[in-house]
Amino acid sequence: MASHSIDVTKDHCPMTFVKAKIALSKLQAGEQLEVLLLEGEALNSVPKAAVEQGYKLISLNHHTANIHRVVFEK
Amino acid sequence: MSIQDLSSEQQIMQASPKQKKISIISFSGDFDKLVAAFTLASGSAAVGYEVNIFFTFWGLNILKQKQGRSFVGKGFLARFFNFLMGGKKNVPLSRLNFGGISPKLMTSMMRKKNVATLDELIEASLAIGVNLYACEMSMHILGITKDDFIPEVKGVLGVPTFLEISEGGQTLFI
Repeated sequence: MASHSIDVTKDHCPMTFVKAKIALSKLQAGEQLEVLLLEGEALNSVPKAAVEQGYKLISLNHHTANIHRVVFEK
Repeated sequence: MSIQDLSSEQQIMQASPKQKKISIISFSGDFDKLVAAFTLASGSAAVGYEVNIFFTFWGLNILKQKQGRSFVGKGFLARFFNFLMGGKKNVPLSRLNFGGISPKLMTSMMRKKNVATLDELIEASLAIGVNLYACEMSMHILGITKDDFIPEVKGVLGVPTFLEISEGGQTLFI
């Protein structure tokens, strides 16, 4: 279970990415963050950018309707 | 996109860790163009880009500490100009400004639609490390100094230094 979580499904560009980035940057080594993302731009870009920035993608699952649950680890 | 795709991408990124970069020249100082500049800036920084914004001419108004109309600057004409231009609270919409009412209406529409306002975009940009720079030449014309700006302004630059910091990335003029 992720120690931190954030829901950015109500946000729009660029705040989806900004909030995810800020939440990721607060993680300590070994900590996990669960991010709820909408299908589309957010789901396409947030996991990719996080991986590019060195975070480990632990899981990517369908949550509800058009929302996906992604877990990252620092 | 699958976890496997992202894992292989991670290996590629580790092999070539050079950071991507975008530099924005913020010239117009219009509300809508500032929204575009700070949206691009914060969005780019959030996905790992180094972001620099170089404010020049009308663009400098958004950096002023005094957000309303104020006689800042050195010299009668400069102070008069700065009063007319004002600060962050006076930035006009590039079209249909209607004497300054439209930016307020637009901000209210943005709030209602849960879209970040100009203030929120600036705050977000600063929170994730967007670098703000001011144009030395424009400041000289307007008789203003770095002390007239918000403290987050990282430096006062001329063209050669801007070229140096923007080298190797994309540059946009807004």
